[in-house]
Amino acid sequence: MSLSNVPVGRRKAAWAFVNTVVVVYALTPVLWIASLSFKTRETMTDGHFVPREWTLAHYADIFRTDAFLRALVNSIGIALIATFIAVVLATMAAYAVARLDFPGKRALIGVSLLIAMFPQISLVTPLFTIERALGLFDTWPGLILPYITFALPLAIYTLSAFFREIPWELEKAAKMDGATPAQAFRKVIAPLAAPGVFTTAILVFIFCWNDFLFAISLTSSEASRTVPAALSFFTGSSQFEDPTGTISAAAVVITVPIVVFVLLFQRRIVAGLTSGAVKG
Amino acid sequence: MTAAPAEPRPAARPRAPRSEGRKAERRLGWLLCAPAALVMVAVTGYPILYSVWLSLHRYDLRFPAEQEFVGLANYAVVLTNSYWWTAFGVTVLITVVSVAIELVLGMALAVTMHRTLLARGLVRTVTLVPYGIVTVVAAFSWFYAWTPGTGYLAETVAPGSAPLTERAGSLAIIILAEVWKTTPFMALLLMAGLALVPDDLLRAAAVDGAGAWQRFVKVTLPVMKPAILVALLFRTLDAFRVFDNIFILTAGANDTSSVSMITYSNLIRGLNLGIGSTMSVLIFLAVAAIAFVFVKLFGTAAPGGDARGGGR
Repeated sequence: MSLSNVPVGRRKAAWAFVNTVVVVYALTPVLWIASLSFKTRETMTDGHFVPREWTLAHYADIFRTDAFLRALVNSIGIALIATFIAVVLATMAAYAVARLDFPGKRALIGVSLLIAMFPQISLVTPLFTIERALGLFDTWPGLILPYITFALPLAIYTLSAFFREIPWELEKAAKMDGATPAQAFRKVIAPLAAPGVFTTAILVFIFCWNDFLFAISLTSSEASRTVPAALSFFTGSSQFEDPTGTISAAAVVITVPIVVFVLLFQRRIVAGLTSGAVKG
Repeated sequence: MTAAPAEPRPAARPRAPRSEGRKAERRLGWLLCAPAALVMVAVTGYPILYSVWLSLHRYDLRFPAEQEFVGLANYAVVLTNSYWWTAFGVTVLITVVSVAIELVLGMALAVTMHRTLLARGLVRTVTLVPYGIVTVVAAFSWFYAWTPGTGYLAETVAPGSAPLTERAGSLAIIILAEVWKTTPFMALLLMAGLALVPDDLLRAAAVDGAGAWQRFVKVTLPVMKPAILVALLFRTLDAFRVFDNIFILTAGANDTSSVSMITYSNLIRGLNLGIGSTMSVLIFLAVAAIAFVFVKLFGTAAPGGDARGGGR
């Protein structure tokens, strides 16, 4: 935009300043918890932002404790399974929403919108009761089910926005060139749809990974407690120790995958989050 | 736009193909949507009805034998309880204040991401960090930052006091944590709206002598209105469910519980399913009311509704 008469150099300097503010804003709390995780026990309460003495002891501690390892396995397993199922179901539904005309489509969209806005706490009390009756309480499926449910609206929404952008005529063209329907799907449509499906999977994974309310209400032991829930029960490596260092180290460990996703797939995540939002 | 009827088929039955194709399309559509719809309805529909049923009963897990139908008595108990109203007030306060701040900050952030001349990729990447990070992790970061002795903020901003042990300080920190975490999401939704503002229109306004601020208020904001309302609706409903930050930062001490927080306490510590369900239903109604107000009063198009409604 060449609206302004201000010289480019000055405007760049101004933007550099604004960008710096944004970077500091976004990263300070993350760097702080990382800093705490590297502080030695003696310097933990010195209040300095940057550790004066560095140690990896807290990381060694958490990876030695069963509570954290179990929680990590639960978090990864539950989030991956829920993501996989939600994305498969949402892909089917989003294909139908984007490409087919059938009665009940509006109802489906309406229901998923309602669920997107649903206060999750309203489900906690009944699910607590129902899951105890069904034996699902404190099990992986007991968490996977609500995660799928609350991820589905997001997934259907994002995927159908992506699917609407796919040039479906290519499929017909491939068939005309002699491809079988299976070939047309595999060689033409699948590669075009894959980025959208992948992006949706990342968003759904982040959602499942982040959940705390269900994780803390529908579990009661290490059998299915995920890391966010386990963190709130953390004590130090012995019960009487201050858990600041271990909590921080565990927090950093579960933050790493998110930061990696964000670094690798920034463009896609932004596209996924903003897709469709405009058209409403 | 999706109504592409089946291609005219090789004409074995000249009149049938169209409706035949329609029928097949309809069946395929239902088949594909059925699993998702079933899961969503089974996991939310049934429990919410069950919740309504429970809310009409006395049902305390500590005294399971005393379960009986009590009509609306639970509602009377909750609605005349000062803790409930305190929590309701806290929830509304947190929602209103944090969404208002987020709108302003989010707009600034959206403009930055949209317009910055340098390192746009970097800015967008770091912006996604608060969005992606686990809320509990961020909450612990804020908790330690404000803990006297341990934290960098406690010493510099409020020396000699412990903000997390008093009500106003706690609420301010909860709002800070909420704002930090969700402003990027707001900004991304707003950025999608910013992308819709035609450059030509801005240029024309500039030629007519409108300053930057005027262009923003008179051109950009009106074009963005739908995106703003959708972002506000999403965030208001989301903020109303505030739980994670409060749980970690104060655990509800000093009257800082939100409605989600006291419902949780009631269930897990009190094991009173009747009262807990009553609160669940009331929160559900409150959220429905907020959504209704947004849609009716502000004319928010249901997010995505038109986009996905078959393009009619």
